[in-house]
Formats: sequence, structure tokens, C-alpha cells
Amino acid sequence: MADKDAKVGYLVTERLVKRFDEALAVDEVSLTVGKGEIFALLGSSGCGKSTLLRMLAGFEKPSSGRILLGGQDVASLPPYDRPINMMFQSYALFPHLDTWENVAFGLKREGLPKNEIKQRVGEMLDLVQLGPYAKRKPHQLSGGQQQRVALARSLAKRPRLLLLDEPLGALDKKLREQTQFELVNIIEKVGVTCVMVTHDQEEAMTMANRIAVMSKGRVLQVGTPEEVYEHPASRFVADFIGNVNMFEGRLSVDEPDRCAATTGIGDIQVGHGVSGTLNMPLAIAVRPEKIEISKQRPAVDRNVFAGKVKEIAYFGSYNTYIVVASDGSRVRITEANTSRQDLSDITWEDKVFFWWDDRAGIVLRD
Amino acid sequence: MALSAFPAPGKRFVIGVPYLWLIVFFFLPFLILLYISFVDMGNDINPFKPIWDSQTGLLKLKYENYGSIFRSGEGGALFQTLYVEAYLRSLWYALCTALLCLAIGYPFAYFIARSPASLRPGLLMMVMLPFWTSFLLRVYAWKGILADQGVLNRALMFLGLTAEPIQMLYTDVSMLVGMTYVYLPFMVLPLYANLVKMDFRLLEAAHDLGASPFKAFWLVTVPLSRAGIIAGFMLVFIPCVGEFVIPSLLGGPENVMIGRVVWDEMFTSNNWPRATALAVLMIALIVVPLAIYYHYTGDAKERAEPGKLGAKP
Repeated sequence: MADKDAKVGYLVTERLVKRFDEALAVDEVSLTVGKGEIFALLGSSGCGKSTLLRMLAGFEKPSSGRILLGGQDVASLPPYDRPINMMFQSYALFPHLDTWENVAFGLKREGLPKNEIKQRVGEMLDLVQLGPYAKRKPHQLSGGQQQRVALARSLAKRPRLLLLDEPLGALDKKLREQTQFELVNIIEKVGVTCVMVTHDQEEAMTMANRIAVMSKGRVLQVGTPEEVYEHPASRFVADFIGNVNMFEGRLSVDEPDRCAATTGIGDIQVGHGVSGTLNMPLAIAVRPEKIEISKQRPAVDRNVFAGKVKEIAYFGSYNTYIVVASDGSRVRITEANTSRQDLSDITWEDKVFFWWDDRAGIVLRD
Repeated sequence: MALSAFPAPGKRFVIGVPYLWLIVFFFLPFLILLYISFVDMGNDINPFKPIWDSQTGLLKLKYENYGSIFRSGEGGALFQTLYVEAYLRSLWYALCTALLCLAIGYPFAYFIARSPASLRPGLLMMVMLPFWTSFLLRVYAWKGILADQGVLNRALMFLGLTAEPIQMLYTDVSMLVGMTYVYLPFMVLPLYANLVKMDFRLLEAAHDLGASPFKAFWLVTVPLSRAGIIAGFMLVFIPCVGEFVIPSLLGGPENVMIGRVVWDEMFTSNNWPRATALAVLMIALIVVPLAIYYHYTGDAKERAEPGKLGAKP
């Protein structure tokens, strides 16, 4: 686990637990988030990420554990006394108030003088480029504009921690990509520490500095997007983030700088050592884009396997092949379409070879 | 609307039937009322005279039926009549009843709306349960509770809180208790219908932005339930103005409301023209708040159809 970005723990959760009746929603989660970091909680629905976020906001009371923000335990504070603001999923804008009043709502509760409220709201509306829409009610705004009002409202009080609940979930795909970058730019401009919840791995990868992958109330792995993608710590994480081919087998060679496993499709060589005992069960994970495919036998001798093409899917920028290997397992291979003419001569039912570099395989024991 | 451009064959009929019903049983009787309110008083057999003079055949409107409501005798001071007093008293009691119903009904409706969805039908059923017994019976029951020798006074005396029975029946207190009790469901139901649709995440958003529970309620829940408050208020206020049975059973002689006055003019003085003039004026008094009500619900409709308010940028 690489916590080098978070040497200074600004937000720290200590063995945080939330129990609903008998069900454990959040199970001893200990996280450290650095100041100014964008931290994503990633998981499928029901994994406990939203409950964790709601505990940070103060809407749920932890069953046990501590939440430290800048060294202060905030777990016992009600939501309206926490220096934490949240951008809600589907925004929860006040429908009876216009854009300006929505953004000013939190500032008015602080009892700031009128001039200062006016100035701060103006700054916020400029920041999200909604100045001309100050007098509009939420229903008169488009989805993207509503999202920016929600962002401005949650930033207006200058919170020490910003929470984003599925920040792009309510937008359509095209708008989402554009908004992703805008959102990160604004958050970085303000410099606020940010914890976001998402079920969309792409969203987490592009926006967050670090990601915590959650399942069944537990944090399985914390790391940068690259770390969790290239070095997943478990079968679940490898499978959850991106696509992966998993070859189950047993450890057959264990040397300091290499190892090998006997699997259904044959012996797989891996270019690093593992700490384990011979013959122990493990899985070798290989990403589809790291596998090469050709009708001709390649000039390498390791990790080369033969199979038959079962399916081909054309995605424009890349092709995906499903190849059935000798033992009947289906292997997913993606190939970038780098040139326009050569759409490769591989078609259905062709006999092909596929292979990968021995640094591409990831040994997974959990 | 696109639909009305091509009316289905049965559509006019379906709309026509209730309109016909209202014309025959509301509009025409109202015209008859209006007619009687402008003619002269008759005798025991014919309570009012025809509108045209039997000798000259000319139309003869008697405005005095209305005039006498506001002025007693020829030189009497304006607005200092028993009738105006009764009107004002009716409006006042109706207002008090509506406010009491709102004060009691709002928390009621709020907690039903916030209770688990599986409990709500049962809770709503209990709000409507009183309708299953006779209205008169329920009002009479209050007599038994509030009378000098009634349940409440006996309990108070038993507990030693009072030596003498406290006069509760036949006062404005007993009348307001009765009216509030009877009309409470009419406040709770529209409020519930409104509050149950409210997105309670908005309250979380308000808390998140630093609003205490009370502030969040006052700044978010109350403004968003405005349409429900107005609907409930009108549903209680309007029938209360003309309420007749409850004041006669529970009210005292000094709490005479306009319904009672109309009754007396009709059946004691046998002055049908004045009774109808009083009734017509009462309708006018109620139409004004109704117009306000429709104005606001019209507003709410506009809010529900944002497309009409201007193009999105």
C-alpha cells in the first residue's frame, strides 16, 4: 500500500464501523487522506462507500471508531456543526430558491454580514461561470448547470473537507467527460481536500489522486489509479478495475526474480518473484491490452498459447477478440486500431497464437 | 393542448355530465336565491312576492334587502348591525379554527409523511376513521365531555384541580374545540399529500450547510409545503364560515354565526328575501378567499411545468 502522498494525514478514519441492526455496512475502515488530495471511494452498490461518506458528513453516527479532521475528532458533531460540505447525488438543490439564494444558504447560516455574503456568492458564481444565471430557479437550469450550482453551494462556506456523492452520476455520458475535467480544475483551484464516492471506475481513475477500492464494507486496496490498475492486490480488485483475464493455477517455479505457474492453458512465466510455497494455489491476471494476437507463431518462446477466435467486436479505436484456448477457457484480447487499412486479417474460427511479455502477468493470491 | 384539438367522441359527454349536474343543482338554485334576495317579503303562504309589480307589470328590485344588512333603519350607522357582527364573528371563528387545525394538523401530517411507507396507510386510515360514525353523534359526544357535569369537569374535580365545575360548554372555547375536531382531517389530508412528496434529502442538504433542525424546517420544509398549507387552510376555512350545526350545538348565545342568522331569518322571521340576501353575501365573502386559493394553486402548477417559464439557455 502506497501512502507516500498522504504523509500528513489531514482526514483520518480510525477503525470506523457502521452497523445497521445486524448488518455491517462499514467494517473497520482506516483511511488516511492528505491535505488537498482528491480521494475516491470506489465500489459497486452496497459496498458501504455511501455509508462511509454519510458518516463523514455526519448523517450517520459511527457505531465505533474515530473521524479526525486536522487532528480534531468530528465524529460526535452534528452535520450542521462540521466544517464539511457535501455535493449531493442529484444535487438536492432547494427548488424554491434561485441560484444565488442556493449558494448563499450556507453563508447566511453562518451569520456573515450581508456585504461579505454578496461578495462570496459572487466569487462562487464566477468560479463555476454561472453569474448570468443567478436569478434562475433550479428547474430552469440544465443538468450541467445544476451540477455547478451544487458545487458552488458546497464550496461557498470554504469547507475543510468537500464530499462528492456520485458527482457525475446524473449527467449523460458526453457531458460527463467534459465535466470531469472542469470539476477537478475547480477543486484544485480552490485547493480543498476532497473525498468522492463513485461506482464508475473511469470517473475515479480520471479524477482522483488516490482510490480506495471497497467491497462488503471493507477497503481492499488503496493506491493511485495506476497502482490499483497495474498492481491489483487481489482477484476482486483486478476484476473490478478494468477487464482482466484470470488464469487459475499452482505455483511451479519460485525463484528470486521470476516464477511460473501451471494453469489450465499451460505454464505461465512471470517476471518477478513471489513469497510463497511451491504448489500453492494462485491466479495469474493479464490485462487484455497486454496480450498480442497473430495468425503466425511469434518468435518468442514464453507465454505463447494457441486458440481459436470465437468472437470479434469492433469498437472503433480498438478491437476485442475472444479466443478459446486449448482448455476451453475464454481469453479476452484487445488490439489498438493504429492504421486504417489493416483491420487485421483475423476472422471468426481462425486458429491464432496469443502471447504476452512475462512482465504483464500479475500474481494474485487473495 | 394537443388533446383538445381532436376531442374524442365521448369526451364532451364525460365533461358535460358533471357540468350539467352543477348547473342544475348549484347554478340554477343560486339564481333562484339571487332572485329571491331582490324581491319583497311575502306572507305565510307565499314567502316572497314576484319581482314585477302585479298592477304596473314593471320590474321592481328591492335593494333594501341588502341595504338593511349594513344599516339598521333609515338613519342608522353603517356596519353596526347584528348581521355585520355575525359575519365578522363567522370569519373570525373560521380563521381561528383554520389556524388551530394548521397548528395541530401540520405536525400530524409531517410525522405520517415521515413514517415508514408500510405504516402510512394505517395512520391515514386512523385520520379518516371518525368519518365512519355520524357527524352529529361526534359533536354530541363533545357535549358529554365538556358539560358542567361532563367527563372533563368531573375528572378535574376528582383530581382536586377545581372545586366548582368550569363553564366550558356553550362558550367560544367549546365551539372552537368542536369545529377544530371536526375539520382536522381536511387539514391533515392535503398537508400529508404535499409533505409525502417532499424530498427529505433537501433537509440533509440544509443541515450540511449549517442549518439546525428547526432552521431547516422553517427555511425548507415550510416554504415547500406552502401549496398544502393553503389548500388545507381553505378546505377548513370556507365551510367553517357558514358552519351551522356545531355552533348551534356547542356555541353559546353570544357566539351567533352567520349560518344561525340565516336560519333565524328564514324560519323564525319568515323573511326569505333577507335570508337569501345574507346567504348571497356569504357566498361572496367566500369567493374572495377561493380566488386567492386558485391564484396560488395556479402558481404551483406553473412551477410544475417549468417549460412555460422561458426557454432554457
